[in-house]
Amino acid sequence: MTEEFPPEVVKLYEQLKKEAEEAGYNLNPDRNFTLGLVAALLTNEKRYGYRACPCRLALGDKEKDIDIICPCYYRDADLEEFGACYCALYVSDDWIAGRIRKGSIPERRPAQFFISGYAEPAPVTNTGEMTKLSLPVWRCKVCGYLCARPEPPGKCPICKAGKERFERFI
Amino acid sequence: MPFKKISGKNNKHQVILFALSTCGWCRMTKELFNSNGIEYEFIDVDLTSGPEREEIIKRVRQLNPRGSFPTIQIDDQVVVGYDEERIRELLEI
Ligand code: SF4
Repeated sequence: MTEEFPPEVVKLYEQLKKEAEEAGYNLNPDRNFTLGLVAALLTNEKRYGYRACPCRLALGDKEKDIDIICPCYYRDADLEEFGACYCALYVSDDWIAGRIRKGSIPERRPAQFFISGYAEPAPVTNTGEMTKLSLPVWRCKVCGYLCARPEPPGKCPICKAGKERFERFI
Repeated sequence: MPFKKISGKNNKHQVILFALSTCGWCRMTKELFNSNGIEYEFIDVDLTSGPEREEIIKRVRQLNPRGSFPTIQIDDQVVVGYDEERIRELLEI
């Protein structure tokens, strides 16, 4: 069954596909399924102001939903363990090649976040030689990209996550 | 509660689906039911709000403590996620 999708959906799909491939990820090759998810990301963007994960119930408060803005903090661990992210928007080579069972995977997001939203983990405390660094090191909480500079980048060069999704690592 | 009822020729089992309108697996679940003529009731929880949403979430969590979607109730059994094999087995399709 092929469905018609509006041009803005197809455009975002092409953009996400390109960005994914440049960074070593794959979008789900089931084009119809994936276009449905991309349409849902746009629906959520209109609804909440950010692209909340289509398969999770957002609270509508950006700070509380920050871990489930797509790509979510759980994507890479899920790709590693199950060959697909929770929504199956991103999938691994093994998944595409049919070496992994296709179906929903267990939820990795801690259960309490479903009720009260994301809780910021305690900041890293500097100890010993870390303080000798001339610049702070920032970590992208989506993909783990690290960089040493005065401020985190406006956009992660790897996964395109926004500045607010970086943490001070060292 | 505003459940939608989808009529179908196959009404052997009582089927209730808690879904999100945006979720791909929820969509696959609906498609599986529809293409097999399953009669079911469903609610898209993301389209609810306020006390109504709270009440439905409470119900989902009783069936599935994680509160994830889709949560599917087939008679007295609960299926969490799009587990096609298990759904087919319970629905005898
Ligand atoms: S990466 Fe996958 S699971 Fe995570 S928010 Fe995006 S679509 Fe959902």
